[in-house]
This record gives sequence, structure tokens and C-alpha cells, in this order.
Amino acid sequence: MSELRFEDLTVRYGATTAVDDVSLVVPTGRIVGLVGESGSGKSTMARAAVGLAPVESGRILLDGEPVPLRGHRRPVQMVFQDPFSSLDPRMSIGESVAEPIPRDVRRAARRAEVARLLDLVHIGSARADARPSEMSGGQRQRVALARALAAQPAVVVADEITSALDVSIQGTVLNLVRELQAELGLSILFISHNLAVVRYVASDVAVMHRGRIVEQGPTAQVLATPSHDYTRDLLAAVPGTTRRRSPR
Amino acid sequence: MTGTPSRRRHLSALRTPLGVVTALLAITVLVLAVVAPILWTDSAKAVDTDDILAGPSAEHWAGTDNLGRDIVFRTLVATRLSIELALSATLIAVVVGLVLGVAPQLLGRRAGRLVTASINIAVAFPGLLLALFFAVVFGIGATGAVLAIGLAGAPSFARLVQTMVAGVVSLDYVAAARTAGVGRFRILVRHVLPNVAEPLVVNATIGAGGALLAFAGLSFLGLGVQAPAYDWGRLLFDGVSALYVNPGAALVPGLAVLVTGLSFNLFGESIAKAVGVPTQGTALAPRTVVAPRRSTDHAGPATEAPVGGTDDVVLDVRDLEVAFPGADGPVQVVRGVTFAVRRGEAVGIVGESGSGKSLTALAVSQLVDDLGQVDAERLRFLGEDLLTSDTAARRKMLGTSMAMVFQDPMTSFNPTRRIGGQLAEVSRHHHGLDRKQAMARAVDRLGAVRIPAPERRARQYPHEFSGGMRQRAMIGMGIMGSPSLIIADEPTTALDVTVQQQVLDLLAAIRREDDVALVLISHDVTVVGEVCDRVLVMYAGRIVEDLPAADLATAGRHPYTQALVAAVPSMDTALDEPLAVIPGRPVDPADVPPGCAYAARCPLATERCRVEDPPLAGDERGRVACWHAGEPIEPMQLSTTRTDVP
Amino acid sequence: MATTEALRAAPTRTRGAWTANPWVRFGARRAGRLLVSLWVLVTAAFLMIHLIPGDPVRGALGRTASAEVVAARRASLGLDDPLWQQYLHYLKGLLTGDFGTSLISQVPTSEIISQRLPATLWLALLGFLLAVLIAVPAGVAAGVLTRRGHGRRTELGFTTTSVVLGTIPDFMLGVALVYVFGVQLDLLPVAGNSSAAAYVLPVACLAIGPAAILARVIRVEMVAVLQADFVRTARAKRLPSARVYLGHALPNALTAALTLSGLLLTGMVAGTVLVENVFAWPGLGSTITSSILNKDYPVVQAIILMYGLGVLVINSIVDVSLALLDPRSMILED
Repeated sequence: MSELRFEDLTVRYGATTAVDDVSLVVPTGRIVGLVGESGSGKSTMARAAVGLAPVESGRILLDGEPVPLRGHRRPVQMVFQDPFSSLDPRMSIGESVAEPIPRDVRRAARRAEVARLLDLVHIGSARADARPSEMSGGQRQRVALARALAAQPAVVVADEITSALDVSIQGTVLNLVRELQAELGLSILFISHNLAVVRYVASDVAVMHRGRIVEQGPTAQVLATPSHDYTRDLLAAVPGTTRRRSPR
Repeated sequence: MTGTPSRRRHLSALRTPLGVVTALLAITVLVLAVVAPILWTDSAKAVDTDDILAGPSAEHWAGTDNLGRDIVFRTLVATRLSIELALSATLIAVVVGLVLGVAPQLLGRRAGRLVTASINIAVAFPGLLLALFFAVVFGIGATGAVLAIGLAGAPSFARLVQTMVAGVVSLDYVAAARTAGVGRFRILVRHVLPNVAEPLVVNATIGAGGALLAFAGLSFLGLGVQAPAYDWGRLLFDGVSALYVNPGAALVPGLAVLVTGLSFNLFGESIAKAVGVPTQGTALAPRTVVAPRRSTDHAGPATEAPVGGTDDVVLDVRDLEVAFPGADGPVQVVRGVTFAVRRGEAVGIVGESGSGKSLTALAVSQLVDDLGQVDAERLRFLGEDLLTSDTAARRKMLGTSMAMVFQDPMTSFNPTRRIGGQLAEVSRHHHGLDRKQAMARAVDRLGAVRIPAPERRARQYPHEFSGGMRQRAMIGMGIMGSPSLIIADEPTTALDVTVQQQVLDLLAAIRREDDVALVLISHDVTVVGEVCDRVLVMYAGRIVEDLPAADLATAGRHPYTQALVAAVPSMDTALDEPLAVIPGRPVDPADVPPGCAYAARCPLATERCRVEDPPLAGDERGRVACWHAGEPIEPMQLSTTRTDVP
Repeated sequence: MATTEALRAAPTRTRGAWTANPWVRFGARRAGRLLVSLWVLVTAAFLMIHLIPGDPVRGALGRTASAEVVAARRASLGLDDPLWQQYLHYLKGLLTGDFGTSLISQVPTSEIISQRLPATLWLALLGFLLAVLIAVPAGVAAGVLTRRGHGRRTELGFTTTSVVLGTIPDFMLGVALVYVFGVQLDLLPVAGNSSAAAYVLPVACLAIGPAAILARVIRVEMVAVLQADFVRTARAKRLPSARVYLGHALPNALTAALTLSGLLLTGMVAGTVLVENVFAWPGLGSTITSSILNKDYPVVQAIILMYGLGVLVINSIVDVSLALLDPRSMILED
């Protein structure tokens, strides 16, 4: 069981500061939602956690130790936004899921593990030979989740994993995230621009704006009594809260 | 790898006439390269001193050369050397290009950049110039020419490989492999190379044709193969000097080079076209076109719904159909849609992607592209029949009375022209204003959509605007005239929530001011519920329900409407229950089942639903097309986490 | 991924008002690239003589020349000095307009070039103009005729014709033209550049291939651009079709075509070598071929340098016009 901790993290791309001195904790076995608009730096946080963004200063710790970013053992795994580019089109989904399984695992055991994971995400082990092109966006996202789980991660970072999905499909993925967290006790950093989605899956929430976290706390509390102006703006902007119909 | 789709696409290249012909030619040449020297070397060597530089005769079909040797036999025998040289040069170009092109991925950042920069410099110099340079360095002759042409071709291959590799590496599955701890080299072998192999092979085929022609060029300059060895280029070189005496001596080897070069080239191109691979020549261009689909018959009659028959109707649509050509005939994407929009009314159209909602909007605004076939029993805007042929007067009426807002503000403006000019164009054409007046109006309208410093902004290019700003400028373009109807297709989908609010506020303000009607297409039921007075729910190209927006959240009668609302988490969704899920996939327009299109996903579906398509029946609460409209759905039936497509 | 240390070491750049101007940054970057390319070109030209296996002077003068003559010639060329000294000498010579001396005729190469260059320049320029004049209208018309859902037969015919014409090497086309118009019909002169009529065949021969390729690319671009969102916007403004095609689609199709036309133009510069040889055109191309065969390396070196310079100049012009036509291209590469 593990806790992911960002300490005073700063990430720069050239002259722009994407993440500015941010601290955030994803406690053991909890889902922490990270909300913000495009360009707020939330995806950069995710990429930094798995070593895909250049850390300028600060630390990212897993149970007090720096997150290992080299070698085969990677306890922090990420699921990406775009279901159409996150799976290699030339590999069967079974091969994709098998990729992060440690190399020393024997063949039969690998196959069993792939089957177990595909069952876990409700794809079904029978479809291990299917190609990504045969699957819908929602199914691909679930395969991507299975691949992340194959690395036996302590923490999973989910970056806008439902925003490219059709409304009727995003429910299956959200349900799965909650289910996996409950069954496996995973720690998850769940990134989304959609407050309603974050509210549904995350027990805690952090609000990011222009590279900084402006507010964080238990989801219910932050949404009920926001303390920062920007959080209030975001809440007010959630569709369905204002009426603009024609006067009749 | 088993029978993948790409394999099938390869074979489909062979079904085009060009593919078959060029493939056969290429195979013939390769066979000749093997057998010709075995069969005809002696005939090609035979010197006939009585028949020097003779024209075509029964004995020598294309005449003889300056030693009286038969041109046809010499050309046939030369096949092997010509092909060998061309293939060796191609091999050099591909291998060097592959190494250089892949190097930036394996080397560190600095060394990688150096390689990239060197390739960029080398690629600027034309191949022939590089070949001349290398020909000088390596000396005149076959070996020198192979090295020269090979190395001269390497930079463009390197660039191609580099572009393709960079494209693959930027994809998420490579990032996923990296975070899974897969090493650089292993990523290259497992993910990158397999995904660039296909275009690489295709381009190598094209490259081989090019190399063959390049050899001919070098030999023509006297820098290629030297006597007594001979390839086609050398024969051509000799033949040209005898052009006035025996044109056949140049014609036959020339044709051999040309036909072979072309057949390699065109064979590669036809495969490339079949599998959708970019080639060096067209790498800038191809964008895939939506694949045509298979068709089914459309049986349903017009939905006979009472449409407000009063004169405040802005838009009157009856039995609208949109079809696109598919492999087996037209595919009906919009299947008989009937609705009306009154002055000042806001009508939302919701549905999943592929439900036909966007095409309905495009068809109403006469903007379906040329492939689409729009048909309707009635299509009237402000009383004007849009089904009659296009006139300048009608263009003016539409241009000033109907405003369009599209989904992607990034791509909906012309990137090469200033914003102000793009707005002013409307008034220049439809109001007859001069440049200055039109620009003044554009600035005024930009101010009206609350763009700060409109004079300065009008002189800027679209890329200098933010997404929300661009969408407002798009609305500003719509109100250059005095619209009676705004058709907005997912206008806020690409925007952040706070910006979305600003854009929706702006639309509301404009509507209020002039009693403008709105048709808002969205996948987001909450946005539609917030903005619109009435909502049309579309599924599989039909309206399945037409209800007041106030009823959307709680009083939908069609099971699809209810599911659509329940599947989307809102700020009041219960946290202790799983979200509702609509099982299965949306209907493929090419394969619409008989009966109700939603039956396969519907918890209420009965035998009747699968056989008989329910009509869109109207009453005082709206219209609904369902045999079980309003029947209660058990929560268990609606929310099934584990149900999924087989 | 760069290490954290490397990034931390990098000084944070603050951009002043002057460097914030994208045009200034664009110009500086372009000038830098031009200088580097120039250096690479000059160095490659210099090294060429030294990369040739064996003694270039012996090669040029032949086996019969006496050892003393060879040694004297080597000395006069400075070939016995250390390499770096020769390099400096070469650079200094270039700056003062000294491109070396022919091994065979003893004439300064700068003289040969100034005699031969104008003929080549005219040929390339006229060829390019003709290619553009054919390709743009043909490509645009074909693009409009074969836009999505239209003219599948036209597309097949156009594509096949343009691919075939674009693939035929210009020297073969030249030989065919010589045979038909010179030998058979005896209509047009087939050698030299002494009359206006003499320009017809060489220019046509040079232009046809690139015109075919360019027309094909413009068509593909046109078809793609006609499907773009902003063309739909232009149609939503209810503009007349001609205005949609020429005012909105064409400028965007041309940006891509312009990138390619740079490549084509440089390719044509190289193509003049072959065409000049077919038509005995008194330009650089026929000179470089005979010089290579005669192993007159200083002349080859100087002419290669000239061609290279031409290529660099063309590329710079194309880059700048691209930036003028599509302001994004300047920003995108930042």
C-alpha cells in the first residue's frame, strides 16, 4: 500500500512554467481528483509522476522514496487520454497487456496473468488475441487500465481517461475505476476537467489553476464550501446550474 | 502476424488495374534479370561486322550497334546488371537512411539533434547534385555510381524515417511502454520499427525505380558503367550518339529503363494508395476520407407530427433524409427527420456520435458536402424553399439571416487571413459595403461579441486568438448580418468550462436582443437542458423523442432519453450506486436493424420492437417514438456495470 | 528525457521586446541555418579534392606527364601544404573571389563560371516559370473537379498522366524531343542557345516533369483543403464558389505546394546538368560533366559550389515566402 507525494514540484517547458511549486499527496488506497482547465498543468503533473516530463525542482516520492524512473520495476503507472493512440495497432491486446509484466515471469504464468487482468476489466480473457482496431473506445481504455495494472503498480495515474469517450460509454470506465479501487485498494490520481466526473469517483479533490494548486480537500467539502474564487468560478460554470432558456 | 487488415489492403492494391499491370511488369523484369544473361549472353556478344549500325530488320529487330551487335539481346542481357545496380544503390540508401533516421531516438538529445540538423542540411541538396559529388569522390564506374546514387538517396530516406519514427514515438502507446520500463532499444524494435516498416518498404520500392532512372542519368553523362560492361544506361548513352543513324539503338534501352522504372514506381504508389501510406512525393498531403459504408434500405414513412403551422416558424423541416454513397449503394445517415423552429425558440438536438445530429444541422443549412445526398419533403427557412436551386438572392438571404457556429474554433477560420477580413467578407459580398465600411462593421461586431480591443484584434491572424476568443469571433461573423436563426454545432465542446459559460452567455444575450432562434447540437444533455426550450433526442438517424427541456432530466419517456440522462454523472448523481450504462454499441448507419433501432440496447424491448419500427407520435407533451413510451424502467435494468459488447 | 541537472543548469532566458518579435527570431534563425549550411557546403567542396583516391594532379595530367610537371603543378596548387593551411587558403581565396584555376586550361575558374553561369540561370528560371504556369492552374482545376465525391475517372487519368510525366527523366524526354522535333520534323534547333527558338526544347524538357509533380501535389492539397473546416465556414458565409476556391482554398493549398516547389526548383537546378548535355547548352552543366571526365577537379569543385549556393539561396527564398504566405509556419517551428 502506497502513498504518492509531490513535494514542491516545478516543471518548465522552455520559457513557460507548466507546474509551479506544487505539493500534493495521494494517500494510500484513495482516489484523488485533480481538476483544472486545459493548460492548468494537471497533465504535466501526471507525466512528471511517470518520468515523461522534465522535473525542474522538487521531488516525487512513493512511500518516502523517490519514484523509480529507470529499470524494469515501475510502481507508478499511467493511463492516457486518447484511446486511439494508447494501444499499439500492430499488437494484440494480450501482447500489449503483457508488456509491463516483469520479464522473469514464465510464459504460462504471463498468459494466466493477462487472462486474469482482461477478466478484471470486463473485457474477457477470450479476447486476448483481438486487435485494438476491433474494439470501441471504452474497451480500449479498459485494456489500457489492464496494461497499467500488469505492472503491479502501487499508484495509477489516470489522465482524462473518459474525455474522449461517448457519453454512453464513459460510465463503464468510471464504474470500473471505482470498482478497481475498492477491490484492489489502489491509490489513484484521477485527472479530469469535468467536476461532476471527479465528484463521482474521487474522495479528495485538488483544484489546479495556472500551474498551481489553489485549493484541496475532501471532495464533498470543497464542492460544498469552496474557499478559493477560482473554485467558485469552476462550480458556477458546471452546465446545468444556470438557466438560459427563452422567456416564455 | 496473421491476416491483419493491412494484409488485406495490400491485396486490394492488386485489384486495381494499375496495381496488377505494374506488379506483372516488375515481376517480369525480375525474372528477366535472372534468366536473360543465361539464355542470351552469346547472342548479345555476337559481332556482325557486315551489319554495323544497321536499322531494324528481321534479323535484328532494333538494329545493331557500332560493332554490329544486336540491340534487343544486349538490352535483355543488360537487365541483370541494371537491376543489380539499382537494387544495391537502393539498399545503401535504405540502410544508411534507416540508421540515420533512427539514430536521434537512440542517441542522447544533443547527438540526436546534430544528426537531425545534418540530415536537414543534406536533404536540401538535390539528389543529382549529391550523386555528382560522390561520383567525383568515388571515381567513374559502376562501383562509384552505386555508392554515389545510394548515398545521394540516403538523406531523403533518413528524413522520411525520422518523420515516421517521430510520429510513432509521440503516440501514447510508446509513452505507455516507457512508463512500463521498456528500454529505448526494445521500444524501437517492438513498437516503432513494425509501425514504420510498411511505408518504408513501399517507399523503397518507389526508390528502386528512382535509382534505376538515376543510373541511366549518370551513365548518360558517361559517369556510370564503363565499357566493356554495359547496363541500360550505357546502352542508351551509346545509342544516343547514333540517334541519327539508328534511333532503335536508343529507343529500346530507353524504353527498358523507363518501363521498369515506372513499373517499380507505380507499383509502390498503388500499394501506398491502397494502404494509405505517405510517400516522399505526397508526404505533405494525404488526409483520409471517411470510409464509405454499406447501405440498407430505408422503409420508414414520414413521421406525421404536428408541426406548429403558424407564420412565426423560422425553420420548417419535414422528412429530411441525408445519404452518403457506400460500397453497396447509398447509406442513409439521417432517416426522415421532421421538426420546426419558431421565432426566438431554442431547440437542442442531442445524441451520441453517429446519431445524425450534426448532419441534420448541416443539411438544414445547405452545407452537406458534395458527397451527401439531401432529400426532404419540405425544407423552408423564413418561408423560402431551400429545395429549389441556388440563386444569388438566396445566397444573400442565407448569408445574412442564418448564422453558423462550428465545433472546432481552431480550424474553422482560414489560417492565412486576418480575422477582420474574414468577418468583413460577409458584408462586402452581401451588403455591398466597400472595404473600409465592411472592416468598420467587422470591428463593431467583434466589439459586440465582447472581444477587447477589437480594432487591434481585427488585424490579427486566427492563431493569435485563444479558443474561446475565436468562437466568439465566429459568432461575431454570424451577426455581421441580422440573423433570425443561429445553428451551433457543438459550439463549446472544444472549450474549457468557464469559457463555455461565456460563449453560452453570449449566445443567450444575442438571442434575447433580437429574438433570434437557435438550433444547438450537442452531445452534452446538461448543456442542452440549460440553454434550450425544447430538445430533440436523436438515435440512429431518427428523432426518437421531442420534449420540453424542463422534462429532460426527469420526465423523458423514451428509454434512450432516460439512459442518456442517467449515464452522465451530474453534480447530484448518487455516489453509492454505479453509473447507468447503455449496453452495446451505437447502430452502424450502414446496418440499421429492422424494427426499433434501439431495441438491441433497450431494457424494455419486446418482440414487437424488433420487428416494427415505432412512429414518432405526438401529443400535448411532445413527440416520442417508442412502443413502450413512459413505461417504468427498473433501476437494475438500467444500470448494469458488467454488461458489455461480446 | 534530459536529466534534471541539465535543465537546472540552463539559464532562464528572458526575452526582451526586441527578440520577442517573431520576425526577428525567424530571421535570426534562418540566417544561422544559412551560415551553417554554407560552411558545410564550402567544407565539402574543399574536402572533395582530398577525398579522391590517388593524386588528383597525376590523374588530371595523365600518365605521360613528367614527374617534374606534376610536382610543379602540385606546388602551385598548394597541395603539399598541411591540410588546415590549404583549408584556410581556400577560404581566403573564396572571400576574394578566387575559386581556383583549371588544371587543364590554366584559366581561372571564376572566369569559366562567369561565362557559363548566365546560360544556366536563364534555363532554370524559364523552366521554373513554365512549370508554375502549367502546374498551378492545372492542379487547382483538377482539385476542384476531383473534390470529394467528384470525377473519379478524371482523378485516375490526371494522376496517372502526372505520375508518368513526373517520372520520365528529363534527359530521356530531351532525347525524345530531339528525335521528334529535331531529327524527324526538323522544326526546332536542338543544340546551343543562339536563338530564341533554341530555348523552346530545353526549357520544355526541364519544365514538364516538375510541372507534373507540382500539379499533382496542388491537386491533392486542394482536395484536402476543400474538406477543411474553414472552407465550410466560407461556404456558410454563402460566398460564390469561385471566391471559396480562389480566395480561401488556394492560398492554403499553395503553402504546401510552395514547400515542395522549393525542392522542385533545386531539383531543376540539378536537372539543368542533364538537359544541358542533351542540348549542348553552353552552361555550367555541360562544363561540369566534361570537367569530371577530364578530371579537372578545381573546375568541378567551383561549379559544385555554385550549384550548392544556388540551392541555399532558393531554399532561403522559399522559407521567407512561406512565412509571408502562412504566418503560422514561422511560429510553429519555435
